[in-house]
Amino acid sequence: MINQIDFVDCGLLVREVSKNFGPTTVLNVVNLDVRQGEFFTLLGPSGCGKTTLLRIIAGLELPDSGKVFLDGRDITPLPASKRQINTVFQSYALFPHLKIYENVAFGLKARRFSQKDVDDRVGRYLEMLSLGGLEHRYPHQLSGGQKQRVALARALVNEPEVLLLDEPMSALDAHLRARVQADLRRLQRELGTTFIMVTHDQDEAMMISDHLAVMNDGDVLQVGQPRDVYTKPTNQFVAEFLGATNILPAVRHGDRVMTGLGDFFMQHPPDWVKGRLTIRPEHIEVENADQGGANRIKAQVCETLYSGAALDLLLEPEPVGDPNPDFPVRPGQVKVRTYTRDHIDRGEYVNLFFPPSHLVALNDQPF
Amino acid sequence: MAGKRPKFISWRGDVTQPYKLRLKALGLTLPPLLWLTLLLTLPCLGLVALSLATRGQFGEVVWTFSPDNIKRLLGFGHFGWSSDFLYILFRSMWVALITTLICVALAYPLTFHVVTRPPKTRVFWLILIIIPFWTNVVVRTYAWLLVLGPKLPPAKLAAFLGLIPEGSALYPGQFAVFLGMVSTFLPFMALPLYASVERLNWDLLEAARDLYASRVQVFTKAILPQTKPGLSVGIVVTFVPAMAMFVVTDILGGAKYMLIGNLIQQQFTQARDWPFGAALSLALIIMTLITMALFRSRQVL
Repeated sequence: MINQIDFVDCGLLVREVSKNFGPTTVLNVVNLDVRQGEFFTLLGPSGCGKTTLLRIIAGLELPDSGKVFLDGRDITPLPASKRQINTVFQSYALFPHLKIYENVAFGLKARRFSQKDVDDRVGRYLEMLSLGGLEHRYPHQLSGGQKQRVALARALVNEPEVLLLDEPMSALDAHLRARVQADLRRLQRELGTTFIMVTHDQDEAMMISDHLAVMNDGDVLQVGQPRDVYTKPTNQFVAEFLGATNILPAVRHGDRVMTGLGDFFMQHPPDWVKGRLTIRPEHIEVENADQGGANRIKAQVCETLYSGAALDLLLEPEPVGDPNPDFPVRPGQVKVRTYTRDHIDRGEYVNLFFPPSHLVALNDQPF
Repeated sequence: MAGKRPKFISWRGDVTQPYKLRLKALGLTLPPLLWLTLLLTLPCLGLVALSLATRGQFGEVVWTFSPDNIKRLLGFGHFGWSSDFLYILFRSMWVALITTLICVALAYPLTFHVVTRPPKTRVFWLILIIIPFWTNVVVRTYAWLLVLGPKLPPAKLAAFLGLIPEGSALYPGQFAVFLGMVSTFLPFMALPLYASVERLNWDLLEAARDLYASRVQVFTKAILPQTKPGLSVGIVVTFVPAMAMFVVTDILGGAKYMLIGNLIQQQFTQARDWPFGAALSLALIIMTLITMALFRSRQVL
């Protein structure tokens, strides 16, 4: 039952939250545990419900059912103005008619802090975000990066328990983005505030988060540390959304798994009989000579894509003997990324090794 | 070659010569300038001249310079000092001010209601606001006479509540005047305001709420600054004609509720005292300008 909370010292809990807009279901039944002081990311494509979930946490949207707890306290019925949660809006939503100082001081003044406290705090946070000297400018006089920092300062100056960030990097150019990501991470660590960020950029999410939740179609599909979610995705959507991957329909026979590429051994064999496996391109090893043995196949290089740090290959696997009557699925092309070779000719045959530890069984629908 | 004027310049995608551009600009500004001079500036000067003339025995204008009209307006009349005219002038301002305030108070919920409708019904609501423009103000005001009549529910309800004697109508009087004024001027306030509310950045409202603002603060800090352009236009196009309104007070105010507009109208018709009418008109113009200047200095406009 959602009324009984066993883990009170958990920072922010979302319990069985659902939301519909008219006939459209935006959030099915969503649960989330965000620990106090961590950087948590909601990752998903546009329309997956991540922003709606963020707005429900902020108090800008009411869930149809379910509850939100902060430090064990039910905050679901509280309006945004009564929550110790502040938001950095995607558009930044700076007040265009107010100077930077007034923008940052807004939350403190609304809560009637003394002028001295307002001055102290605003000064401190402007300094912290390297905005000193811009107090008397108006938002339209600032660059994109400065506006973003003002939005951050305006939220953080209230010293909220949770800071929400809605696609904070979307308006920044790629060059600036990398720096801001690092700054944001450092800031979060220094302040020890819980940050919850929404993004559709999987690289950003993985680089910056302690934990991330992958969402699609109103469901949270998988929650975990970036490394775990990347290397051990539980379903095809997560595997494909977090980066390039190979999906292999498979049938389990005892301890072997049969795929269109051949039979594989796995470190953690699936508990299903029919399903899918996945393996990341960089986890497939390109071997110089045919060493024979399990989990090895031969394939012909169809396309090579050199990107400096790595060489991406698209390969057509060699047919393995007669087509298996139990297993009519034809294998597709295999994606491989190698860091050790920087040149392979198209048309060349190479030997590929699929390490048992990197073959991951997906748990969603059978093919 | 420095300092030499270029023969050809590029202007908005056209390559042209400077003198041609100047000619074009002149050609475009001259007609409105002439129009304003002939139909606004000159008549205003005429009004000043007229106000300094005197009324002849039979209501004709006698062009002898005299400040009598100004004196009379300020209360130094033929029969000793009286504040009647000044009182009417300030009451007109007061009525216009209250009318404007009520219109503002009604226009905000109204425009927010319209803007938050789905696009199809929004057009319907906008048409409802615009429809009054299709009917003459005299006709509309007479319609209020019917609505406020003694036999209809509004008057009966008021009588039941003891606000008016049994069997009487809700006019003439202050209530009927304000009702008429507000219903006349609400579209003037609502339409310009709608233009601003339609472009409202709702993120700012949410940001204010997120930053602990109360509902009142959300209005004063997030809505008001954003809608000020429309509000300013609305205030001007409501307040200025409301100052000069005489139809509504004539029909709904009865003989006792006179505004400057009625007074001016009387001078030019029944009283046949054009010079004094001109003096009153000037007083109205000056009061309106002063009020606008006051609004401006208080950052209302």
